[in-house]
Amino acid sequence: MNWRVGIVVDLRAETDRVASIALRLAGWPGHRAGQHVDVRLTAEDGYQAQRSYSIASAPDDAELVLTVERIEDGEVSSYLVDELRPDDELELRGPIGGYFVWEQSLGGPLVLLAGGSGIAPLRAMLRHRLRSGSAVPVRLLYSARSQSELIYRDELADAGRRGGVDVRFTLTRERPDGWQGYDRRIDRELIAEVAWPPAERPLVYICGPTAFVETAADALLALGHDPGRIRTERFGPTGG
Amino acid sequence: MLDGNAIAGLTVDIFGVDMTVAVATCARCGSHGPLAETAVYMRGPGVVVRCRHCDAVLAVVVERRGVYCVDLSGLSALEAVTDEESRIST
Repeated sequence: MNWRVGIVVDLRAETDRVASIALRLAGWPGHRAGQHVDVRLTAEDGYQAQRSYSIASAPDDAELVLTVERIEDGEVSSYLVDELRPDDELELRGPIGGYFVWEQSLGGPLVLLAGGSGIAPLRAMLRHRLRSGSAVPVRLLYSARSQSELIYRDELADAGRRGGVDVRFTLTRERPDGWQGYDRRIDRELIAEVAWPPAERPLVYICGPTAFVETAADALLALGHDPGRIRTERFGPTGG
Repeated sequence: MLDGNAIAGLTVDIFGVDMTVAVATCARCGSHGPLAETAVYMRGPGVVVRCRHCDAVLAVVVERRGVYCVDLSGLSALEAVTDEESRIST
């Protein structure tokens, strides 16, 4: 797989710790919603560091977007979130990963469960669903610590006002006055309320920190969902 | 701890194709599933892949000066799936 160079065309601060980076790439072969790229940084002395980031844009979008959360002491993520500027070059390869992907032909109904920055690949799936004119019904549950840590909040709320897409938030630590969403960590009861029952045979995608993914997957199995229709991706620091 | 999705690029380097949809069978407990669902540890000097059920080491990959050293002795099988959509039960 060859490394290629993308040009940063736009940077957007999503939260205090999260930025979305829009890239223009010559000869990009296209991707499937849910795939990721490897990003490589090279220092002046030749030292290289490499990390994987999910693609947050839909295959139907004009630019490739990576949404990156700054990890404490993260040598790659802190550069991407704090130092990168428009017109900078970024070396990457991809698209990568054939497991955690959704495309229209796979159908639904879809259950998307996101914890923290795990929303990024699920946002790609949701945008693909909207842009491809698919009528597959979607239920999305997105868990974050506080309202200010919700990524793509307005976009997701907009999506939730369209037909066929049900978007729900849960805030686990801090809630604004008058908060209408859920107010706790995910558990079996919450998942049973949000997901279609097993008899509807939903296709489920779970992405987030390991503990979030394990809790959600275990709850779905306990509720009687088919493990063959549950796909998971765990996010986390890989050493900076 | 991450999961097998994180080594998709590494499997392309080693096997020439993405192996995360391939079915991995643990040589110790016999459980099997997509490589993407295994437990992966990347904080050490190499990559360690473990069985999610019995915690046995399935694979170790170390890279040195562009050469990969790959130990797959913890796997009794690693079967590539040609039609990956068949991996989703219908």
